[in-house]
Order: sequence, then C-alpha cells, then structure tokens
Amino acid sequence: MDFLFITQQTLSATIGVNTIIFALAAIGLNMHFGYTGLLNFGQAGFLAIGAYSVAVPVISFGLPLWMAFLIGIFNSVIFALLLGVPTLRLRADYLAIVTIAAAEIVRQIARSATFNSTLGGSDGITGKFGADFFALNPFKSGIDTPILRFNANDLWVVITGWSLVAFIVFIMWVMVNSPWGRLMRAIREDEDAVRSLGKNVYLYKMQSLIIGGVIGTCGGFVYALSRQSVQPDNYGTALTFFAYTVLILGGAARVFSPVIGAMIFWFLIVFIEQVLRQGVSNNLIPDWLIGANQVSQIRFMLMGLGLMLLMIYRPQGIFGDRKELALDAKA
Amino acid sequence: MQRHSGSGSDFVEVTAQTPGSAKPDPILIADHITRTFGGLTAVNVAHLEIQRGSITALIGPNGAGKTTFFNLLTGYDSPNSGSWSFNEIALNGIPSHKVARLGMVRTFQLTKALYRLTVLENMALGARGQKGESLFTSLFPWLWRAQEKEITEKALSILTNFKLIEKKDDFAAALSGGQRKLLEMARALMVEPEMVMLDEPMAGVNPALKQSLLEHIKDLRNEGKTVLFVEHDMDMVREISDWVVVMAQGEVIAEGTPTSVMKNEQVIEAYLGAHHDVDLSAEGKK
Repeated sequence: MDFLFITQQTLSATIGVNTIIFALAAIGLNMHFGYTGLLNFGQAGFLAIGAYSVAVPVISFGLPLWMAFLIGIFNSVIFALLLGVPTLRLRADYLAIVTIAAAEIVRQIARSATFNSTLGGSDGITGKFGADFFALNPFKSGIDTPILRFNANDLWVVITGWSLVAFIVFIMWVMVNSPWGRLMRAIREDEDAVRSLGKNVYLYKMQSLIIGGVIGTCGGFVYALSRQSVQPDNYGTALTFFAYTVLILGGAARVFSPVIGAMIFWFLIVFIEQVLRQGVSNNLIPDWLIGANQVSQIRFMLMGLGLMLLMIYRPQGIFGDRKELALDAKA
Repeated sequence: MQRHSGSGSDFVEVTAQTPGSAKPDPILIADHITRTFGGLTAVNVAHLEIQRGSITALIGPNGAGKTTFFNLLTGYDSPNSGSWSFNEIALNGIPSHKVARLGMVRTFQLTKALYRLTVLENMALGARGQKGESLFTSLFPWLWRAQEKEITEKALSILTNFKLIEKKDDFAAALSGGQRKLLEMARALMVEPEMVMLDEPMAGVNPALKQSLLEHIKDLRNEGKTVLFVEHDMDMVREISDWVVVMAQGEVIAEGTPTSVMKNEQVIEAYLGAHHDVDLSAEGKK
C-alpha cells in the first residue's frame, strides 16, 4: 500500500475543486433550507444554469467571459423567480415538488437534440471557454509535493475558488447575524406568526430563494471552468442530494457547516476509494469480495453507511446543536 | 355621530344591547361577511361594530365560527362576501401582514412562539420599520446597530413587565404553554398595535399565570388600546370584558354587557340546546 499516495490524493481532494463546488452548492442550500426552511430539491438546476451560462455565451455567441458571468447571475435570478412566484405563497411541499421537476427540465432542455447547435445536446460543451480566466493565471507550473498535488490550472481554480467561498461565507455570516437573518429563521419556524407581526413573508422567501440560487450558480461557474467542459448529466438530482448530504454532515443553519461538510464528504469519498483501490491492486482485498471496477460503487455504499451512523449518533451534524434540533419535536 | 370620549367602558350605557348595534366610536366595522366551506356556512355576520378602547369578548359554542371570523378580519382567510374596515380603512383583499402594519395585531389559538429563536429574538422580531431587515442594509451593521439597541431595550422593558426577563436568552421552545401565551402577547405589543386580537388567550394557562394575563389585558385598555378576544373561560369574560358578542352557527346572536348576555335566552339556548331544562324521558312526557 502506498500510503503517501493515498494521503496526497485525499488531501488534494479535501481542498480541491470538487470540494469548492459542493461547498458553494451547499451554502446556497443552507440559505434555503437551513435558514429559511425552504425545501429546494432543485439546486442542481441552479448549478446547471451557472455552468451553461459560462459555456454557451463564450462558445456559441463569442461573448467575453465576464459578460457570461453576469448572464449566469441574471439567469439564476430569473430561474429563482420562475420557481418562487407560483409556489412561495403555497405550503412548503409545493416548492419541493416544483424545484425537483424544474431542475430536471433544465437538464432535459440542455441535453435535447433541438438545441444541439448551441447547448451541445447530451455531449454537452467542451472548449476553451475559460481562456480569459486562465490567461490571468500567475502560476506557470502547478505544485507537486508529497502531500498536495495540483496542476497549474487547478491551482488557479482552487485559489480563486476558495477566495470566492471565503467571500460568500463572510457575506452570509454578516447577513444571518443581522435582523434580516433573524427574520429568515423566524420564517423557518412559523411563517404565519411572522405575518402577524407585519412582515411580508413572501418577499423574504423570494430573497432567500434568489440568494441561495445565485450562490449555487457560482458553484456551477466553478464546475464548468475547472473542467473546461459542461456535461448535462452531471447536473442530475444526485448532485442536489449530495449537496444536502454535505449540508447535513456539517449541520444545517451554521455558516461554516457547508464548507466543513464538503471537505469531509470529499475526504471520505477519495480516502475510501484510494484505500480500496490500493487494497484490491495489492491483493489485500480478495478478488471475490471486491473487484477493481466495483470500487467506485462501494465507496458510496460505505459513505451511505457512515451517514446512517451519523444520523443515529449525531443527528445535528458536526456543528449543530443537538438540543436545538430536539426542540423541533417539542413543537 | 358624537365622538365618544373617556376611557373604556362608558360607551356601555349609550349602546343598545342588540346584535349589530351601533357604537359611539367604532374602530372596527364589519358588514355582511360570509364565509362558506363547501355547503357549510361558517360565518354569516350581518353587521358588527367594535368600540374603540374597549375590551370586547367574542364567545360562542364550539364551531360557532369565532376563529374563522378572526381569520377573516385579520387577512388570514378571505370571505365569500362582505366588507370590513379598521379605522375607516377598508380591509377587503388586504394581505395579513399589511393588516398588522395598520395596527391590528393578532395572536393564535395554538400558540405560535418561534421555537428555535430565543425569547429576546422573538420580541425583537415584532418591532416595526427595522432597517436591518432590508436585504441591502443588513450587510452594513453600522446602519442598523443603533436601532437594534433601541429595539432590544424596548423588548427588555416589556419582558420585565411580563416577568419573562429571566428567560430572555432561552429558546422559546423551552417555555411552558402559559409562558408562550405571554410571550406571544408581549411580542404582539412590540408591533405597537392599536387593536389586539387574542384568540383564546387563556387556553391551557395555569390559574396563577391566568391572573397575570388578565392584568396585562386590562393594562392594554388602560393604555387606550382596543382588545377583541375569543374565549371559553366565562369567569375571565365576566371579569374583564366591557362588552360581549355571542356567535352561534356563524351569526351574531346577541351583544351586550357580560351580565345581560349571560341571562339572554338565546345565548343559553345556543350553549345548552333549546330543550336543556325539559325532561325528555318517557316520564316527563306524561
């Protein structure tokens, strides 16, 4: 077993590009679900909109990248309004149904043959749409140390990505600790009570949906840029539920929990995968038990087992307060 | 109409004790309000006026439509027909949060304390016109800190008055049922309402807390606020209300002072049935 290689792979993943993407997706969900109580099951849709908004304007319409970012944020706001206007006046479950369907609609439109020429159909879009971004990369070479390894482009994505995460977490922290954040948490507890105090609940829920959605869209930007390609099937419902996993791992309604949750999520996935792979290739794990091509499925099984244990022994997540969670049952 | 002056209960002497009677200075006027659920007419109120600065009780047997009527008046439900006004402002189609902003604030039959907010946060939420509640100003704490401090001070003074001050940093879920009722009422006061609508304020409250709740309701009247409350506890109704409105099967069947209403034939009938003092057994029929 090459433990150094396992360590290098695991640590690089823990602070890597995927962690940034999932952290951003989960920060958005934390705004929706953790702070406002909105059940958004379509976060993948917001990421897809981010990814396609970066790729399509540059590749298909030849616009500069900075304009593509603005288009992405604009599209994300429109998507949030489309989801919110019909559902936010209704009970919470309607939003859940509409969002899960809307995210699938986005994915199906993206992979449809009709828009093959602009959206790339089921193959998606691959091309140098991130050229403007990577032109700014000050790193001529990546880093290759025994414990961390990134190539030059990934290093640039990781550094800008974590700066973006830090900025968004800071803004979130300021907002949730303001009277605005208090109002959001109150809506999560009981929106009729908040209405009775003269607050326009509908407006605030819409703000939450837009903000959380735009943060998710930023995750989509990172997703597309880091790979220089957009594949529609990466933005299926699994992405949304992994983002929920990340959020619940960290503990909902805590500012840092999506970030730590994403780190733990990717640490575990890559660590389990590398250990299994090394075990299989060194014949430490017999072939009849796990074959080399079963590893990537089995890592998710073990991940699921870990989550079940977490829910049983620490339902509040890493950062949550068990007493606070228990209050719900009393209500 | 002569403007009524003086506090509280003086209007009683000049008001007819009939359903839908005119009050000298009504704050709330409702006309022909109906609400049906399928074939059931839950509310059918021809005319009702609530006197400004009074404590009015709304009583009636279960299923009389009291809470539905409350929901209609406060914008939580919309009637099939009818019009109503508060301070001469028509409230048809006005959403509930705007009704609250106009100065008519309600509480709920099933207490709606915000459980995972602290008692103090519950209170602070009630304050009006908070700069920090706007999306953009919330990002700049120096713009709302001073106001937040004022709000906290006001909340603390109301909490002291309601004897909840020791609980200020506890989650609202940690309070007892009665304390939650107190908190809900205290929170409603943070909105600085002109009229407070209390839906069964005494339900599930122990006798010791009951007395203090009663005092708080009387204080509201002394401060010039109007109180309309739904209640089943007749002792409470008799003790604090200036005026009683009785509903049965969605209609207002009687109005008047507590003593006169409780002697009213129709009211007794509505509560106990028309033949409550008739022996219906075979022997009685002989």
